[in-house]
Amino acid sequence: MIQKRLRENILLSDYDMVVSLVETGSRVLDLGCGDGALLSRLIAEKQVKGMGVEIQQDAVIACIHKGLSVFQGDIDAGLADYGNASYDYVILNQTLQAIHHPDFVIEEMLRVGRRAIVSFPNFGYWLVRAQLLVKGRMPQTVKLPFFWYNTPNIHLLTIRDFEGFCSKRSITILKQVSLCGGRQGRLKTIRLFPNLLADEGLFVITRSP
Amino acid sequence: MTPIIDESGSAGIVKTSILSLSLPPEGLLLECGRTLGAINIAYETYGELTPERDNAILVLHALTGDAHVAGCHTPEDKKNGWWDFMIGPGKAFDTNRYFVVCTNIIGGCQGSTGPASINPASGRPYGMTFPMLTIGDMVKVQKMALAQLGITQLFSMVGGSMGGMQVLEWILRYPEMVRSAIMIASTPKCSAQSIAFNEVGRQAIITDPHWRNGEYYGSSAKPETGLAIARMIGHITYLSEQSMNQKFGRRLQKREEYSYEFTGEFEVESYLHYQGLRFVQRFDANSYLYLTKAMDYYDAAADWGKGNLEAACSRVKAKTLVMSFTSDWLFPSHQSKELVKALRQNNADVSYVELDSDYGHDAFLIPSATLSRVVDSFLDNLYQEGEAE
Repeated sequence: MIQKRLRENILLSDYDMVVSLVETGSRVLDLGCGDGALLSRLIAEKQVKGMGVEIQQDAVIACIHKGLSVFQGDIDAGLADYGNASYDYVILNQTLQAIHHPDFVIEEMLRVGRRAIVSFPNFGYWLVRAQLLVKGRMPQTVKLPFFWYNTPNIHLLTIRDFEGFCSKRSITILKQVSLCGGRQGRLKTIRLFPNLLADEGLFVITRSP
Repeated sequence: MTPIIDESGSAGIVKTSILSLSLPPEGLLLECGRTLGAINIAYETYGELTPERDNAILVLHALTGDAHVAGCHTPEDKKNGWWDFMIGPGKAFDTNRYFVVCTNIIGGCQGSTGPASINPASGRPYGMTFPMLTIGDMVKVQKMALAQLGITQLFSMVGGSMGGMQVLEWILRYPEMVRSAIMIASTPKCSAQSIAFNEVGRQAIITDPHWRNGEYYGSSAKPETGLAIARMIGHITYLSEQSMNQKFGRRLQKREEYSYEFTGEFEVESYLHYQGLRFVQRFDANSYLYLTKAMDYYDAAADWGKGNLEAACSRVKAKTLVMSFTSDWLFPSHQSKELVKALRQNNADVSYVELDSDYGHDAFLIPSATLSRVVDSFLDNLYQEGEAE
């Protein structure tokens, strides 16, 4: 059903996409869960048993006010307090590029979760490439709105980079969705030349057997 | 969301009541194996209990706290209850919504039965003949007191420090009774370091010549020096290096130059002396011995999980909120996180917030908009859920 919708290029929001990928009734850990909007939707629409991790105090309080289980902590410190395979999904939504040790965090996600869902802005997007190539300046886009000096994004990557990382680290890509922002913040899926035409990559990954 | 901090009403004029526990003829069997008959419990309440009796919140005070949490005792009374900024109409524990109860712990000296109380068998104060208490005993007594007040279900409960230990004991001992629980700056067990500080405090009392094996009641000479020193040591552990530097630095008290004498000339010295003096006016030395010992004995993992905290926490049914403070070195954040981990491994509904504060362990007693907001958000969600049902 979902695949069919994707094939039909139906416009979906970022959260819609993640929600569609998660199986009903599963156990979910959302890293960098923000104010808990995604987690709330997963609980309401997929009846998941969910827990969030967030470092910003105001966002943590917003989660608590929504009645969510949330842990105030730093993802970069790892998930040492979490047991192996204790979640069905560990989600890292639009945060990978902003963490200090993305390789370590992904390994940890795959240890703690049977699967991980990772999404990030694609630095290979043509508009990004063009700004660097033509203007010779650090790119600024809707997904990457910051200046070089104040950006929280310290580990920028492309869709192809992530694919390469997975193959090098024996990580299986279960599903890959490449997206590009349309009007009103809606996304559409990109099938042709995703590393060039998509501004966001979304992967469902698992540890290779 | 309800208003965040103060501005709004006070809990008003309140009074401490005394409840006499209905006990079997042989008295209450305590964990140490001894029994205690004739138990009085001091308590205060704020707000109204609903006809369904489903809005009660129990507040559990820390080591030297009392039942007077909010409001004041007389219109002239300038000193509000110890958590007045948290409890009252429109505050985090909104007395327009909730019925808030606080009981003074057994073993204490502010209205509840303790070592200073008269032993009905001898007609004299218990002193050192008072049985040793545990956190479990305190909680058992609280449950009995609540039952006599007509409360068998708790909408929530909250406690800081040793109060937090009691909260944990409650949700382990009586999991069916508690819908939600808030633990602040607490721990599932005292570390060797905290036991060490408690022991130094106890030794200060015990070695005071006026202590006389605890039989100083009725005498004009009480172990005040020992108790004051115990309080001074305790107080240091409640503050942090940052807060002491901010508050006192190396400033001298009412002078510019050193006196080269052993008088309390640094501001921090005179502050500690003052804290010690004030404390002996309101607290009983023997109570201090019994209560710190109860704290040292507490080990939730040993009591409920054969040494395994995760196994112990499988009992918990309450939705829990655990909070710690960044500068608390008495019960540091990692001790709270250990509890959160154990709860999470049982799939318990648990949230953890680490509040940024320079005030050390005592931060939970200092008005903070963030602390109020976290508690308010937690309770408001549960309350709205209840309304929706």
